[in-house]
Amino acid sequence: METLEVGKAAPEYISSLPPQRSILSRAASGLFSSPIGVAGATIVGFVLLLALIGPLISPHDAVDHNLRSRFKAPGYSDSSGTFTLGTDQLGRDILSRIIAGSRVSVLVGIVSVLIAGTIGVSYGLVSGFLGGYVDTVMMRFVDALLSIPFIVLVVAISGVVGAGLGTLILILGCTGWVTYARVIRGEVLKVREMEYVVAAYALGQNRPLVMLRHVLPNVIASAIVLAAVQVAVTILAESSLSFLGLGVKTPTVTWGLMLADGKSYINSAWWMTFYPGMAITITVLGVVFLGDWLRDFLDPNIRARA
Amino acid sequence: MREFIVTRFFQLVVTMFIVSLLVFVMVRLRGDPISIMAPPIFNEEQIQALRAAWGFDKPVLEQYAIFLRKAVTGDFGTSFFARRPAMEVVVERLGYSWLLAAVASLIGLTIAVPLGILSALKRNSLLDFISTALASLGTAMPSFWLGLMLIIIFSVYLRILPSFGALEPQAIIMPSVTLGVGMAARLSRLTRSAMLEVLNQDYVRTARSKGLQSKQVVLRHALRNALIPVVTVFGLQLGWLLGGSVVVESVFAWPGLGRLMVESINVRDTTVVQAGLFWFSLSFILINYALDAFYMLIDPRIRIS
Repeated sequence: METLEVGKAAPEYISSLPPQRSILSRAASGLFSSPIGVAGATIVGFVLLLALIGPLISPHDAVDHNLRSRFKAPGYSDSSGTFTLGTDQLGRDILSRIIAGSRVSVLVGIVSVLIAGTIGVSYGLVSGFLGGYVDTVMMRFVDALLSIPFIVLVVAISGVVGAGLGTLILILGCTGWVTYARVIRGEVLKVREMEYVVAAYALGQNRPLVMLRHVLPNVIASAIVLAAVQVAVTILAESSLSFLGLGVKTPTVTWGLMLADGKSYINSAWWMTFYPGMAITITVLGVVFLGDWLRDFLDPNIRARA
Repeated sequence: MREFIVTRFFQLVVTMFIVSLLVFVMVRLRGDPISIMAPPIFNEEQIQALRAAWGFDKPVLEQYAIFLRKAVTGDFGTSFFARRPAMEVVVERLGYSWLLAAVASLIGLTIAVPLGILSALKRNSLLDFISTALASLGTAMPSFWLGLMLIIIFSVYLRILPSFGALEPQAIIMPSVTLGVGMAARLSRLTRSAMLEVLNQDYVRTARSKGLQSKQVVLRHALRNALIPVVTVFGLQLGWLLGGSVVVESVFAWPGLGRLMVESINVRDTTVVQAGLFWFSLSFILINYALDAFYMLIDPRIRIS
């Protein structure tokens, strides 16, 4: 185009620059320079691996009963092998059950957060972008939802709708979106006043296109950082609900259910309570570490605002 | 100032209105609650009679109008289980929940604020490192698991604290420590970062350069200002505390609102669930409203803008 006369040298200038490293390679080198990032990635990677190949490395069957080896303390061994972390009230191997339980945590963590993220980002994007009355009404609704504590809300809904893994994932997904809506809307309000957005309008692009191509990519980093936090929140919520008997039901193995079992035998078998809780704590810690690193990597400014 | 309070009050009313709508819809998510409430031996005729008795046979909008009109006066219907007004059942438990929340907040703040200040003053020291590590651990730990661990240590092995109920005064120790530790973990990091931010402000530098003692600068100039964001987040953390109380009260069989909610859900006592949800959000909203007004008072910058 003739109008771009001035910029003629630009392509040559750009090609003279060193090739830009992809975001993944920058992420990888950034990750290894941060001890927190390495710790987080190692824990999360390990839990993901357990969830994927768990049955292959599990020392015993996670649901196999053996009443002869009930309530055995950690380190007990018999003809069927060693029970490193002990056994529960039905003689099931705690270690194998922890390995099996990782699946539910991973599944709930990832799927619910994807659902919540998609709803919340769209909601916040539309609300912030449209502004005015629509924004006020949409945000009042979010405020109302936020005024009911998350766990209380989820407990109430799952009590009414019923329990089960699929339902639980849906409930956590459909209630967890509010935080994203809030944060994304705030980001959108800032981004939509930026010069590049004004420029996009000036170039004749229509509103939906500006929203999707210029605003969305610039607010998505906050959503990713928030998603890491939400994975941790969701894993904790799942374990709380299953612990209360309002989440996943037996025979599915989850850490929360193991804790509920452990509570019944808390007087005699501490290992039934101790190890599943450690599994949750370590997993959540890993997610939190990875999230912290991700926050610094994607946007150093977020730290000040969070 | 007055305008602010009036506007915020109006917002509060609107929010509670939306909450009432949510609560109303929530218990009807799976059709009408009668299908859940009715014992399986009921025949169709008996179910219809039950439905009419509870008013679930009316058009949904009319049901909502009735619900709202009664809810405004604090009438949430009769508890299906206790055969008494649902509000009465809920209010009986509120005191226990408030007591637990107050003691837990006190524990949380007493740990978090000094720890946060010390970490900020001795940044990157061993103490800072340890408090960061403890805070991460405290956030990652499920609160009810911490509670169970305390039971194992103090009730099962040491036998010095009761593991459930609210019969003895010392019964509040474990549930409130459980919740307080979680809260401290969340607040100490925030106190630290707020303090760090304030320590870099001009007025702190001025105070130092005019030769004031370090202790005076920290307590009179820095801390006061650093507490503003801490107060804000403390208000939001109350949401976490109220939510956490649902699980922690169940662990310790503490007779508060959280445990009542779980019990009522298990026996499908919808009216109590509704009244409970309403109280949870009302207390949360009111506390944040009060805190907003409070830091308007202590921070002239907010008052002017």
